[in-house]
Amino acid sequence: MNELTARFDVVFPTFRLQVKASVPSEGITVVFGPSGCGKTTLLRCLAGLIRSPTGFLALGEHVWQDETKGLFLPLSQRPVGYVFQEPRLFPHLSVRSNLLYGWTRTPASERRISLDQVVAILGLDSLLQRRPTHLSGGEQQRVAIGRALLTSPRLLLMDEPLSSLDAQRKREIISFIQRLDREFRIPIIYVSHALHEVVQLAKTLLLLKEGSLATIGPLGEVFSEVGIRRVISDSHIGAVIDTHVADHDVEFGLTTLAFPGGKLSVPHQNYSIGESLRVQILARDVSLVASPPAFQTSVLNVLEATVMEIGPIESDQPFVDIKLDIGCPLLATITRKSLATLNLHPGQKVHAQIKAVALTHDSLD
Amino acid sequence: MLDVDLGPLWLTLRLAGVTVVVLLIIGTPLAWWLAHTRSRARTVVEAVVAMPLVLPPTVLGFYLLIVLGPHGWIGSASQAVTGSALSFTFTGLVIASALYSLPFVVQPLHGAFESIGRKPLEAAWSLRASKLDTFLTIASPMASRGYLTAIVLGFAHTLGEFGVVLMVGGNIPGRTKVLSIAIYDHVEVLEYTQAHMLSAGLLLFSFLVLLMVYTINRRLPIHVS
Repeated sequence: MNELTARFDVVFPTFRLQVKASVPSEGITVVFGPSGCGKTTLLRCLAGLIRSPTGFLALGEHVWQDETKGLFLPLSQRPVGYVFQEPRLFPHLSVRSNLLYGWTRTPASERRISLDQVVAILGLDSLLQRRPTHLSGGEQQRVAIGRALLTSPRLLLMDEPLSSLDAQRKREIISFIQRLDREFRIPIIYVSHALHEVVQLAKTLLLLKEGSLATIGPLGEVFSEVGIRRVISDSHIGAVIDTHVADHDVEFGLTTLAFPGGKLSVPHQNYSIGESLRVQILARDVSLVASPPAFQTSVLNVLEATVMEIGPIESDQPFVDIKLDIGCPLLATITRKSLATLNLHPGQKVHAQIKAVALTHDSLD
Repeated sequence: MLDVDLGPLWLTLRLAGVTVVVLLIIGTPLAWWLAHTRSRARTVVEAVVAMPLVLPPTVLGFYLLIVLGPHGWIGSASQAVTGSALSFTFTGLVIASALYSLPFVVQPLHGAFESIGRKPLEAAWSLRASKLDTFLTIASPMASRGYLTAIVLGFAHTLGEFGVVLMVGGNIPGRTKVLSIAIYDHVEVLEYTQAHMLSAGLLLFSFLVLLMVYTINRRLPIHVS
């Protein structure tokens, strides 16, 4: 399989980016981390806007930078699309000319995406003759995405493209980006500091911390690692599970979601049966019982689980994270006291009570 | 009585036109460099470019006369190649005017390039445009207001110069006698009518040009902020 292989070491007066990573060149890879951890710097290194003096970068067999051989392709010679934080449309050109700017500069043999396709998928038909200054922020960002796509890039870099938009526009553009991934099969590296974007978009997650790679892997795995708390200092940690709608219970207003490990009941969702839905189960919303609950419980979702790994115990922390297997990874946060009471150990069978299932499209605010 | 010699007018327009072309050719890369370099030399270059704004024209003219004259290093080089020095020639006038009007062309362009910034350029590079392509298709049109201002100020300022031209060019009818000097000559011999005609013409011309610039500037579709 093609991989994006990168090795960068860039020193700034107050900051150093030192990253060595291989990223699968398919699907959306989200680069995540707090502000100032070097996400944008990494993206600019990938684009060639920053030149790491000892850097190396290759997509599959195409080497774009190899400083040991003095090889460095400038951005204009890399088959890369870049969507910046701001749309950066050219104010003197119409929307149509903006869209075609890169297309006309792409050799005809490399063009795989047409104007009509982009206009259709991004809904730009009514905007084509307008000037960029007369568009809303969301419209401008859509044009910027379309413009980048029309160079038929082999890699699409996106730097927090939603940061200047309101919640409604964010939702709209996220669904566009999901469609891009499905319809054009272009690997996307997407920089974000917003967890809800990560949860909705990422196939692979690359976590940066203070300029270095903290961890990288499939989203579901990274988010259920017991050490994740040290990297994401956020109460929003917890497994991300891809499900599909299995059933609607009209009487009680519930929807059943199926996933490889079983089923989850959630409040009614306006999706048809078979549609896929990504959910997150926050670690703090999972509690454990050693045997099946003898008492009736108000918790709808009780799943059989196997303890896989018990997180590091820190004496100043009352909580500990437990990684479970429910057919897919699940993370639970319990107290150290409960850990002792339940006498948990790897391999043990328990039941996981899931108090709430967060639907990722709701978490946009 | 009313035989106003229009020779100086044509000479002046020709001088201003040639000077502006020369200045655009020199000023564009210079302004681009000033807007994008991180070199420490930038401050020094900026100061040098701005010097004609504060120097008395006669000072500039004096040094130019020396440099362009038969014993100056440019003048003697020219003499070796073409057989004549540059002082008291049209070419000498162009060099002098270009230096004198340099800040009026470089500064608006510098400002325009700076306000465009790197962002649209990076976007163009990411759309497969080479650096030259980016300059021609993105930076230049986005700097069109800056260019308009630079052209008009450079032209108008060259029209109005006196001291430098007098020092470097002297007052040779048909070769270096420009409008401002012609007016001075008319006044000296009390030909007020001719002086009036030339002066009023220049006054009206300058006003119309500036009016046009401000009107176009207001209507240009590109607002780079």
